[in-house]
Amino acid sequence: MQPSLFFDFALRNVRLHWFRSLLAIIGIVIGVVAIVSMGILGNSLVLAISDSLSTVGDSVIITPHAGGMGGFGPGGSKELLTERMIEQIRRAVAPDTTIPIYSGSSRMTIGTEDTVGVVYGIKPDDIPILLEIEDGAYLKGSSGAMAGARFAEENNLKVGSRITIKDKGSLRVVGILKERGMGFDINPDYGIVVEDKWYQQSYNQQDYDMAIVKVRDLTRIEQTKEVIEKQLNRRETEVDVIDTKAILETLLTTFGQISTFTTAIGGISLIVAGVSILNIMMMSVTERIKEIGVLRSIGTQRREVRSIFLYEALILGLIGSIIGGLLSIFGGYAISLLMLETTEYLFVPSSLIYIVYGIGFGIGTSLLSGLYPAWKASNLNPIEALRHE
Amino acid sequence: MSAPPGDEAIIQFRDVTKIYPLPGGDVVALDHVSISLYPGDFIAIMGPSGSGKSTLLNLMGCLDTPTSGTLFIKGKDVSSMTDEEQTGLRRDHIGFIFQQFNLIPLLSALENVQYPLILKTGDRTCSLQCVEVLRSMDLEEHLFTHKPSELSGGQQQRVAIARALVNDPEILLADEPTGNLDTKTGTAIMDLLKDLNEKKGKTIIMVTHDPGVAKFAHRIIRIVDGKIS
Repeated sequence: MQPSLFFDFALRNVRLHWFRSLLAIIGIVIGVVAIVSMGILGNSLVLAISDSLSTVGDSVIITPHAGGMGGFGPGGSKELLTERMIEQIRRAVAPDTTIPIYSGSSRMTIGTEDTVGVVYGIKPDDIPILLEIEDGAYLKGSSGAMAGARFAEENNLKVGSRITIKDKGSLRVVGILKERGMGFDINPDYGIVVEDKWYQQSYNQQDYDMAIVKVRDLTRIEQTKEVIEKQLNRRETEVDVIDTKAILETLLTTFGQISTFTTAIGGISLIVAGVSILNIMMMSVTERIKEIGVLRSIGTQRREVRSIFLYEALILGLIGSIIGGLLSIFGGYAISLLMLETTEYLFVPSSLIYIVYGIGFGIGTSLLSGLYPAWKASNLNPIEALRHE
Repeated sequence: MSAPPGDEAIIQFRDVTKIYPLPGGDVVALDHVSISLYPGDFIAIMGPSGSGKSTLLNLMGCLDTPTSGTLFIKGKDVSSMTDEEQTGLRRDHIGFIFQQFNLIPLLSALENVQYPLILKTGDRTCSLQCVEVLRSMDLEEHLFTHKPSELSGGQQQRVAIARALVNDPEILLADEPTGNLDTKTGTAIMDLLKDLNEKKGKTIIMVTHDPGVAKFAHRIIRIVDGKIS
């Protein structure tokens, strides 16, 4: 076997029919650029979405069962989690932390401006577990509040600013929270966080709106969820339990599917390119029937004839794919800029890997398209091929 | 037979029949042919068009196998060989010379000669031996790097003969080697073949229409309607 001789053959033929080869290469380039750009776009989309979702997926969220029979609180108009239920959860999930939360919304006055914001009541010890701080300090006393990043920005709140909540009193901002993004549990970006006791007194509410359990060992999320349900929903459904990991996974799966779909659209153009390679290879075989007959009659083995044509397909695929791979960096840049208005997700490994995939698919498609012509060439009857004009 | 007694036949047909199945009915190209050819023979096959000359040559060249009967080349039954073995036999023991020269257009004259040797040895640095063979064909050296399309018919046929000889085969098969050449060039080519037969002991089998060319052979096999007459 002397692969370089047959490689040389293939290379010379590609050069001899340079215009035809060029067209085939352009086809592959377009196919690869399409597949890679779409892949990068899809991946950037997933990354952009998961970046704006704060939850790391280690939380189990417990809310009162909507429409249930658990009317413990006075009035009974709103379902809440009682202290007894919180205790049950706490015992069930120990040693993982259970954080009971009050949540509501209120009209407030900041300076002279009136506004509306979300108010969360959380025990000061639990706040650092849930939220990160941007400026100032965590909450200690009952006359302070922490402001969400967006809320602070919109209302020009700084550490030391005062917020007056209608009928409830005035609070001093002790800290600004780091922006958290869309969350499945709480969304303090557009509101404030106050001490639980203050909330209890101000709103005259004993029972909690929700509880968050932070699970240390992520593999035990399912188990934790089951334990809570077993404890509280034994006789009747009192609470709804959801884990953020499942939501996150569902979301990411959905976006993964969108990304696969867009990549598949790019794949179609690669298939078209493959067909064009098949076409020019078939032309090449048909034109060279006599030459193949000569090669076979003077002692070229079938597999050697096959390799000439496979090399030809490989050369076209390799050149097209590499050029396509390089161009798709620009393609990915352009499409990211156009669709996402940012290119920050372009130069990350999970995006760049699509270039490798694209080149791989390009070469694969070319070889696949070369298989049939190569097989056809190698199985020509030497006598008939020799007679062919 | 012209071969010295005691020599083994290099090509032997034993009751060989070749039938081509065609939609309009089977065509009997060879009809129970039995012949033996010996090392050192120089044979001309003559006969009208469609008489089976080319079929005979293709069978000798291992490009085809008999429908019935047995064909031995160098003592081996061709029908029992795989395609790969047949191809190997063509490469190492048989040299083909065609009417249309059939050089490979992508390769230069020297590369055309090198090609079978590279196929055989796998070594691409064999130019010295090839230059020797090509020189012995009386081809001017500055033509070695030319492509076949840049050579005259006579020059192309010299390159083709050099290509057929480079693996030092025992058998040379020539299909109308002078058919596309003028008389003068044709005679020069025939002189070359005669030399190869006499000095190098090559067994040469040649198909021709031309009685003047056939005169170079020791023996003439005439074939009519697939039968040797």
